[in-house]
This record gives sequence, C-alpha cells and structure tokens, in this order.
Amino acid sequence: MASTYELIASVTVGAGGASSIDFTSIPTTYTDLVVKLNLRNTATGSPRGWAFVRLNNDSSAIYDERMVYTTNGTSAASASNSNGTEISWNPVVGASATSNTFSNNLIYIPNYTGSSNKSFSIDAVTENNATEVALVMNACIWRSTSAINRITITGASSSTLAEYSTGYLYGIKNS
Amino acid sequence: MTNPTRIEVCADKSCENWNVAREIELTDAEVADLEVQAAQAQADRIAREAEEQALAALKASARAKLIAGQPLTEEEAATIVL
Repeated sequence: MASTYELIASVTVGAGGASSIDFTSIPTTYTDLVVKLNLRNTATGSPRGWAFVRLNNDSSAIYDERMVYTTNGTSAASASNSNGTEISWNPVVGASATSNTFSNNLIYIPNYTGSSNKSFSIDAVTENNATEVALVMNACIWRSTSAINRITITGASSSTLAEYSTGYLYGIKNS
Repeated sequence: MTNPTRIEVCADKSCENWNVAREIELTDAEVADLEVQAAQAQADRIAREAEEQALAALKASARAKLIAGQPLTEEEAATIVL
C-alpha cells in the first residue's frame, strides 16, 4: 500500500541553538504539507516567545492571520494581523518557562502547489508549570499563487531556537 | 563576530544533502531583517497585551457591578456571553 503520509525531512537543533529552521527545495509531489514543531527559545524574561513563519523566503507584506488565543488558560480572546511580512502568532516556550518543556505546534498547509492563495492553519500550545501559557489557533493566508517550496521558522526578538527543538516536515498525498 | 546561524534542510530526495541539516551563517542583511521583524513583533505584542488587560478589567468591573446590582456600561455588558 502506497504511503499517503510521509516524513520528508526532519531537524533537531544542536548545541548553540539556531536562529531558524529552514525546509528548502520542497518537492511538488504531495497534496498537502504538515509541519510539526517542538520549540523552545533562549530569550529570557518570559515563559513564552514566538516563532515567525515565512513561505518561500517571501518577506512581502502579504501575510494575514486571524487567531483565537489564551495566554493564561482562563480567558480567551481573538485578534488579527493584516499585511504582515510573516506570520507571527506561532507561540513557543520561552527560557523562563519550566525547564525541559517545549511547545507543540502543528502547521497544516493544504494544496500547497495550487494556483490559489495559500491558506493554512497553526494549532499550537506551550508548556509551563505555571499560570502563563499560550494556546493559539491561527487561520493564516499567504496571498501568493506560487507553489510552496520553502518553509522557514524563525525565533522572534532576536532569540534563538534552543537545543533539542525539533521540526518535522510531512507530505500528504490524496491518493 | 559571527552572525547567528540558521539550520537548512533540503527536502528534495534527489538533493545530495537531502535531510541533512546544514548550519548556515546569516548574512548581515538577514540579521537586519530579523531585528526589524523582532521590533514589529514586540510592538504588536505590547498592543495585544494592552487589549487583553483592558478586556480583563472590563470583565472584572462587569462582574462586580452585577453582584452589587449596579448598572453596567455598554462596554461592560458586551463582555458577557449569553
């Protein structure tokens, strides 16, 4: 039976950290893409940080996002960003959070080779043995009709992604 | 002084370095871009957190007024989910 959900590439951040995880030369042979991330950054002072998402290394102001989120687990809110140069609401665990915890992030990109604008979703939650956590469900769009061939996850605020952060890129076929 | 590095992974199976993580030093332009991103993200977060705090204050005020039997403002009433 042919595999319809296939691991394409994976990365584990080594000692010294990294500013970003960059999946390049993504083939066009799949229908959808899934990126699974477990992230922690090195920025001190907060139990949560953020990791930007860019497609095809495109820094044009053509990213929109609409999100529902909570940062304390007791009240939810919604927000939106338009005409951004990247997707910014993708939470990661910060250096002030409980040790050895990482965020769980799932990015689902359907029809990534299609000729329409690219809508995708981010479902992410951070871990912390305290009251401040982040849970974000983010509906995103990259207003480009180009096929996606590169996905870059970059630590925000000049922070680096910490050692043992991981990224897995999967391809899904519809047959 | 060296710039931060990014980890690049080629996802093309025909690529010689397929699934091999390579550490690549950022260019000065990429570092400058990161700093611009970071500044904008920080400004956005500050604005969002201010909105969250304002909403929390409205909810607390609405709750206190309900308990005390006092009239709510329109803003406070809007925080109640029916």
